[in-house]
Amino acid sequence: MTAVFLVASAFLASAVEFVEALTIVLAAGITRGWRSSLAGLGAATVALGAIVAVLGPALTYIPISALRLVVGGILLAFGLQWLRKAILRAAGFKPLHDEAAIFAREAEEARTAGDEQRAGLDWYGFTLSFKGVLLEGLEVAFIVITFGGTQGNVGLAALGAGIALALVAVVGVVVRGPLTRVPENTMKFAVGAMLTTFGIFWATEGAGARWPGEDASLPAVLVFVVVLASAAVALLKRRRVVFA
Amino acid sequence: MRRLRAFGRFWWDFVVGDDWRAALGVVLAIGATAALAAAGVDAWWLLPIAVALVLYISLRREVARSG
Repeated sequence: MTAVFLVASAFLASAVEFVEALTIVLAAGITRGWRSSLAGLGAATVALGAIVAVLGPALTYIPISALRLVVGGILLAFGLQWLRKAILRAAGFKPLHDEAAIFAREAEEARTAGDEQRAGLDWYGFTLSFKGVLLEGLEVAFIVITFGGTQGNVGLAALGAGIALALVAVVGVVVRGPLTRVPENTMKFAVGAMLTTFGIFWATEGAGARWPGEDASLPAVLVFVVVLASAAVALLKRRRVVFA
Repeated sequence: MRRLRAFGRFWWDFVVGDDWRAALGVVLAIGATAALAAAGVDAWWLLPIAVALVLYISLRREVARSG
């Protein structure tokens, strides 16, 4: 069961981040040329792969209870951020992420930027694509390393991220535009719920408490988090209607 | 020095984000769970309750701020 959660969490979190990275790569590619944009994408992918390959195995040397305590705490803080923003967006208190608007803004900035050639590449296009993929991808690398490391299976988490990368890349090539129809907030809501669930589960174990039924209680924690977050959305929506 | 500060800022934004009180609440709740576990109380129920509380406070602040 935890293996399924592991792959699903890595897949969903990665898909969300890759959709955002694709918008930046497309903006750089269309306005500054595909060679520089794809070179930036390739360099960032190699850098992210190296981070996962080096830090992933390094985590196996840390005692599992200490790892779960620290990783659980970080995931919980990190997951609550995702969940809080997704709740506020779903309830209408925060604007939804608009890939089309982000694409237009990035493309406009790229169009007006100066020309500088380095190593035969348009430097603006390369760095825009590299930075975008690296920064969006760092969250993916973090999730793959922490989820995989704590479960002793970085490969499985990397598989979930790899499937998401392949899927977003294929859809990106087919659509040749920002993926505006991806239900990003729903996916972010799901990722926030999963990060929070794993955070609660591992931090509790790392702190020395034991769950009734051990791993079998993980789905119950997920249900608790989803019900809590859904109730928050419903209450906030009602509040919005009453005060509108 | 500027790069070091930018690196620290990146990690702060990454993990803590724009509500440090929520992160502090998480740390305190984990500390309390560990303290209870050390005292022989199996406090698996504490973090879920703390998360509900932290989320409620954090959302209330955000909603009040947005007017």
